[in-house]
Amino acid sequence: MKILVVDDETDIKDLFLQKFRKEIRGGAMEFNFATTGEEALTLLKGYDPESVLILSDINMPGMTGIELLRKIREKHPVSPPEVMMITAYGDDANRSAAMSLGANDFLTKPLDFNELKTKLLK
Amino acid sequence: MLNFFICLFSLSVIRKNLDTTRYFWNNTDVLKVLQLFVVPGLLAADVLLKEGSVQFIGDAGWFIVLSYIIYILYQERDQLLAGSLLKAGLPYYIFYVVIFIIQYALPSLYKTHEDTISLINTLPIVWLFAFGLSAKNQINNLRREKEQKEKVIHENEALEHLVRERTNEILQQKNQLEETLEELKQTQNQLIQQEKLASLGELTAGIAHEIQNPLNFVNNFSEVSTELLDELRQELSATSIPENSADIIEDLVQNLSKISYHGKRASGIVKNMLEHSRASTGERQLVDVNALAEEYIKLSFHGLRAKDKSFNSDFKVVPDPSLPAIEAIPQDLGRVLLNLCNNAFYAVNKKAAENIPGYKPLVSITTENLPREEAVKITVSDNGGGISEELKNKIFQPFFTTKPTGQGTGLGLSLSYDIVTKGHGGELMVESVEGKSTVFSIILPVR
Repeated sequence: MKILVVDDETDIKDLFLQKFRKEIRGGAMEFNFATTGEEALTLLKGYDPESVLILSDINMPGMTGIELLRKIREKHPVSPPEVMMITAYGDDANRSAAMSLGANDFLTKPLDFNELKTKLLK
Repeated sequence: MLNFFICLFSLSVIRKNLDTTRYFWNNTDVLKVLQLFVVPGLLAADVLLKEGSVQFIGDAGWFIVLSYIIYILYQERDQLLAGSLLKAGLPYYIFYVVIFIIQYALPSLYKTHEDTISLINTLPIVWLFAFGLSAKNQINNLRREKEQKEKVIHENEALEHLVRERTNEILQQKNQLEETLEELKQTQNQLIQQEKLASLGELTAGIAHEIQNPLNFVNNFSEVSTELLDELRQELSATSIPENSADIIEDLVQNLSKISYHGKRASGIVKNMLEHSRASTGERQLVDVNALAEEYIKLSFHGLRAKDKSFNSDFKVVPDPSLPAIEAIPQDLGRVLLNLCNNAFYAVNKKAAENIPGYKPLVSITTENLPREEAVKITVSDNGGGISEELKNKIFQPFFTTKPTGQGTGLGLSLSYDIVTKGHGGELMVESVEGKSTVFSIILPVR
């Protein structure tokens, strides 16, 4: 499973790589990281949209997670990649905006990795 | 007969128009007796007794009555009417006295000159009638003047009454305007303060967001490090590791769990801050009051603790497990609980500063189900310094605060009151024993 994590916090990379080290080592998961929406869109070009899961933060400088989601949906109207949005606690406005744009799932900060692992393994 | 009419007329005029109570004694009763009994009596004597010594008694009677009338008129002569009557009557009286003396002292002289005397006597009578008429005019004028005066007095009174009424109306309007102005000023100030509070809330929300992200990393990295250490321990267990290294790994695991624990604590506070600063949606939802109480008493405690390290107090929540969820606006209700808890902690902290031996500051929230009223009761109690009777009426007024300048806006309780009463249709009451305790009770309908 290919997972593209989009977050402007660079430390998220170390956290994911350490947290999912067993899955990565075993070849069950493959992580890629982008720190901006633009970078994520560039990286997506090299993927088969059906086999990738995008995990994106909402509050990012430049292109926000909501805009990224909209662009992904525009580019892939048929069989789009799965997108999980990470929302800040209590950010109901962005959550409903993402929902109306067709986000597949939501995670709330602070991230519960056990919950995330369960959702990813599904 | 003439005497009768003169006396009757003058007595009646005097009694009606002159104030005869000023000299020596009250003459009113004497005048009445004279007019009603003596004068008619003398008339009867005149008619019935015409001869000799009996006639003398009648004439002497007239003499006394006339003298008395002249005496009264003389005494009251500074009154215009009395002066006029005196002028009219005095010649008649003098003639009467002279003739009376001549008639009885010198009867022969009287008899020889009776015709002449009668002729001369007509002069004072004519004089009397001429002045009597002018006196009558004076009486009429006096009456008119009196009536006009009374009319003017009456009109003046009516005018004064009207002026007083108008003045009262204007005063009332002025007071109403002043009250309205005062209300407007208070509302303006309240709006300014609310604006300030709102921007402060937004700032708090922004800061909380910024703190939350690094805190998440602290929590997540400490957790993942614990996992890594577990893994390391398992891998090393295959080989023999020095005992010290095993201890170090154990300490590291313990430290990381502490970092994780305290990081989560901080996250909890930030979460509460975010919850509190979130703009109220104004939407009612089902609220677990017990959980809300627990959350906000903690938030209040930690908030005050963060501001002042020396602050400390015990606190507890005594929840009623049978409490139903109520329909309320959780953010608003949270704000009320936070305000009440902040005030309670402030009160116990202030009392603690007095260093009373054996004093243990305590703030508690108790909840109670009131099934009969279909309501719930929340009490926030403290064993602080209490509120005096005098201040109890003022504490819910906007901008009333006992805190030092800059420490309180004076809006907390007034906003709380509005939220409970207007926002939720409930009641907010206070009971306090000065120097001992304060209990705020909130009663909220279940729906």
